[in-house]
Amino acid sequence: MSAPILSLDGFLVVTIQKNPTDSEIISLHETLLRRVSEVRTDGVLIDLTALEVMDSFCTRMLRAVARTIGLRGAPVVIAGIQPEVAFAMVQLGLTLQGIPTALDLEEGIDLLRRRRRRERGS
Amino acid sequence: MGERDNAKRVGPARDVQRSEVVEALRVAKDTLRRQWVEAMASKGFLADMTEEETETESHVIYNTVLECIETRDYGGVERYAQGVAERSTLRSMTPDQFLGGLLTLRDLYGRHLFTQYRDDDRQLRQALDAYEPVANRILSIVVTAYLGEREQVLSRQQDAIRELSTPVLQLRDGLLILPIIGVLDSARASQLTSGLLRAIRTHRTRVAVLDITGVPTVDSKVANHLLQTTAAAGLMGATVIVTGISPEIAKALVAIGVDLSKIRAVGDLQGGIAEADRLLGYVVQDRREQDPRPAPSDTEKT
Repeated sequence: MSAPILSLDGFLVVTIQKNPTDSEIISLHETLLRRVSEVRTDGVLIDLTALEVMDSFCTRMLRAVARTIGLRGAPVVIAGIQPEVAFAMVQLGLTLQGIPTALDLEEGIDLLRRRRRRERGS
Repeated sequence: MGERDNAKRVGPARDVQRSEVVEALRVAKDTLRRQWVEAMASKGFLADMTEEETETESHVIYNTVLECIETRDYGGVERYAQGVAERSTLRSMTPDQFLGGLLTLRDLYGRHLFTQYRDDDRQLRQALDAYEPVANRILSIVVTAYLGEREQVLSRQQDAIRELSTPVLQLRDGLLILPIIGVLDSARASQLTSGLLRAIRTHRTRVAVLDITGVPTVDSKVANHLLQTTAAAGLMGATVIVTGISPEIAKALVAIGVDLSKIRAVGDLQGGIAEADRLLGYVVQDRREQDPRPAPSDTEKT
């Protein structure tokens, strides 16, 4: 089952389901790229609230998603990393290398909105 | 059979029973107890005890040990040891005192038995066999209890220090302050990180100010912990500002070559809070100039 991609206020919101398999992550990457090229979007928010375990593959794919979607001109924000997951990631030396993060969905959308306002303002 | 044995005894050598040893020590109780008190007093171990306390103590210790030799049941000794251990930490009784007490008693028992059976090697050995292992075991039980009690006190204190030293304070919506006091070791650092991460979620924090004014030394390990904390908070969308890095610490960090470029550092707590306000979009306004208000003392007069 692939994760649903929702549209919200001009942004795309993807909620990662509990502990996705590697192939699910890859197919999500594909779907997301296709969606971003199909519809105009001001940004993508990836919600990791349900995620309990983060491994190096998942981290690498998230970075790849952010970079490829960034090439399409849409910023990516990752939201909802749980304290335990964040702690484990740091212990394992996993980084998101500059992908903006937010506490949860609400803060993430807020972050994207502020970014959009800044871009349109300038 | 040697000549000596024949001269002293008729018939086969009699075996010494444990009950006999116990009986001998029981009969000699008052003498030995008085000797014990004298020996203890001469060593200065009874300095801060009243006469009554000394009397009770000597009875208790004598009976406990005797009961142990008789029954080989160490329950009584364990209770006694626990009591001694608790008292030693509460009233700061020194190991010298309670060990001295037991060792003195051990000596007295030994000597008494020696006098009693000195005519016969075999009987003396049997008597000592009945009593020595028990005496040794008692000592080890008491020492173990004492050490255990000490451990407990230490770990309780450590817990207390740990609890006290990592408070997480919310200053404004979205702004947390963590004043860190004391040495930051690995255990505390990971506790700090997980505590901060939990607080970030519950308080919906966007900026956390970590004040390390109270941390005496920062080495590469601690610096690494700070980096990890910052990175972990960053994953949850919060920015960490580190304040209070003293000139000495700054110098040391540069000297050992720790890369702190990922850490947002501000000189002192005030500056850190100002920086946090800026990041969060708060504006603190000084209204004293524009809106002069009467001082509290003036209001009382009117």
